[in-house]
Amino acid sequence: MSTAVAVRRMARHVGFWEAVFAVIVLLFAGVTVLRFTQGLGAVTNLSDKFPWGLWIGFDVLCGVGLAAGAFTLTAIVHIFNLHRFEPIVRPTVLTGFLGYLMVIIGLLFDLGQPWRIWHALVFWNPHSVMFEVAWCVMLYTAILALEFSPVVFEGLRLERPRRIMRSVATPLVIIGVILSTLHQSSLGSLYLIVPSKLHPLWYTPLLPYLFLISAIGAGIGMTILESYLSERAFGRRLEMDLLEPLARGMVVALGVYGLVRVIVIWKNGAVAMLLHPGYEARMFLLEMLVGVVLPVGLLLIERVRTNPTGLVVAAVFAVLGFVMNRLNVSVTGMEGAAGVQYVPSWMEVTVSLGLVALGFALFAVAVRYLPIFPEPGHGE
Amino acid sequence: MSVGLLFDSTRCIGCGACSAACKEANGLPLPIEEHTTAYTWTVVENVGGVNVRRLCFHCDQPTCVSVCPVAALQKTPEGPVVYAADRCIGCRYCIMACPFGVPKYQWDRPIPVVGKCILCAGRVAQGLPTACAAVCPTGATLFGDRDTLLHQARARLAAGPDTYVDHVYGVTEAGGTALLVLSGVPFEKLGMKTDVPRQPLPLLTWQVLSKIPSFVGVWATFLFGVHWITKRREEVSAYEAQREHER
Repeated sequence: MSTAVAVRRMARHVGFWEAVFAVIVLLFAGVTVLRFTQGLGAVTNLSDKFPWGLWIGFDVLCGVGLAAGAFTLTAIVHIFNLHRFEPIVRPTVLTGFLGYLMVIIGLLFDLGQPWRIWHALVFWNPHSVMFEVAWCVMLYTAILALEFSPVVFEGLRLERPRRIMRSVATPLVIIGVILSTLHQSSLGSLYLIVPSKLHPLWYTPLLPYLFLISAIGAGIGMTILESYLSERAFGRRLEMDLLEPLARGMVVALGVYGLVRVIVIWKNGAVAMLLHPGYEARMFLLEMLVGVVLPVGLLLIERVRTNPTGLVVAAVFAVLGFVMNRLNVSVTGMEGAAGVQYVPSWMEVTVSLGLVALGFALFAVAVRYLPIFPEPGHGE
Repeated sequence: MSVGLLFDSTRCIGCGACSAACKEANGLPLPIEEHTTAYTWTVVENVGGVNVRRLCFHCDQPTCVSVCPVAALQKTPEGPVVYAADRCIGCRYCIMACPFGVPKYQWDRPIPVVGKCILCAGRVAQGLPTACAAVCPTGATLFGDRDTLLHQARARLAAGPDTYVDHVYGVTEAGGTALLVLSGVPFEKLGMKTDVPRQPLPLLTWQVLSKIPSFVGVWATFLFGVHWITKRREEVSAYEAQREHER
């Protein structure tokens, strides 16, 4: 009797999320086999008319953008020397590193011949934005690994390498911030070359600046979200004293971003489309509502900002709005000129979900084995 | 000398000899498809009773060449925009960026490459015309020096103002292309893109990319400067706090 109860208890312990994870991993493995034996056409809804889909729009554009918290926070701590933010640097850098890792794995699915990914290192074309992004992403992933390495050394009790890494922390952070500024903006520059294809509600010569500043806003949103999830999963308290000032930074970033976007569509005349909103205009309005108006509006209220739930809800809006923006630039805004509708196949969605799940799983493993969070009561 | 093609849609009878010759000259698999694909680099489409060829425009400053991260696409001095399949990583930025929608992908293959008209670069290098121009029975597709062809096109416009729309497509599109097209009906009615910018598109990204070296220098100096100042301020305040404490 008691054994049966124990077994049932164990079965219950394999909870909902573990089951979801297992299903996603299984499907992911199946799609991977199909992708590499049958080609892109067999698993995606991509076509000559619509060559970039969910894997670029979500896995790459959102993956890189949402990992922007890492360079923002390392800059705050190491360049502006605001050391009180130190406790959330480690989980944020880990999130950033895993984010970039998932971006690279996503790229291996999306590239037609991923085994040639190293070609960008050998065959140069400095006129290509993609060439620049490739170099920056590669170098910055290496920088993130180095920025995270002291945690690993600490976990393995390797004092000497840890001290060496600490002595080069500042130059590493400066290089990381430069690389991030470059490629976060360059993801926007990718679309500068399609003025006749990208809808005027999204096309502007300012795309690189908009991509950078929205990534800073959403990166902070992601840091807040990641703190909240850690609180729930690992029984940690929410560092409201750190997250609240960060949220104010997010308000400034998203506020500037929203204002510039309004000025852009005012000046290029696309604002008139909002009067009789079609498909694109409705998506634009939804994106601006979720990604700018709601988070900025909510966080301007002090009572919301200082309340854990209010703060997290606003951060979720910022992250969702960011994802909507990147998908609107890469999908919604490109559909009109392409003359086709693109909806990702379930297999494309599976790969994207699988990467997110993999990221979460690796984060959980890292937290278990490495000193990611400061010991409770160990405050400086 | 830079070569080009002049396609006069008023002279095309839609026989499709160009498509067949292209397949043969470039070793492409049959059948000839309805629209251009990675395996069919040129087709004749009948749009509202008018025969119009689809093929690469071979821009003077090609968008595809500028966006390719591994320089798999190149503009040769003779004019053709060629593709080195063994370099291509399959990012498909060329397909996404081409203002004319020309490059196509082998979506059905596990080891795919891009396919597009290469203006018979091999034949052209030997002094031969492109396969499509060589077989065209009506002279609707002419091969030759691009400037000479442009003269010819303008002469036709001048001689037949009632026959033609008063524009040589390819003179200004995307900053100028090696393929020139004449038509008796407005070009948009032939399904040709008329919203293509008049200036070369690579400038749009180059004006950002070319600033990167100076940006990196200024930004690095600024970031280090901020670090230096805030760090110093921290040391000063720590020192003062200690003095205060000692007193």
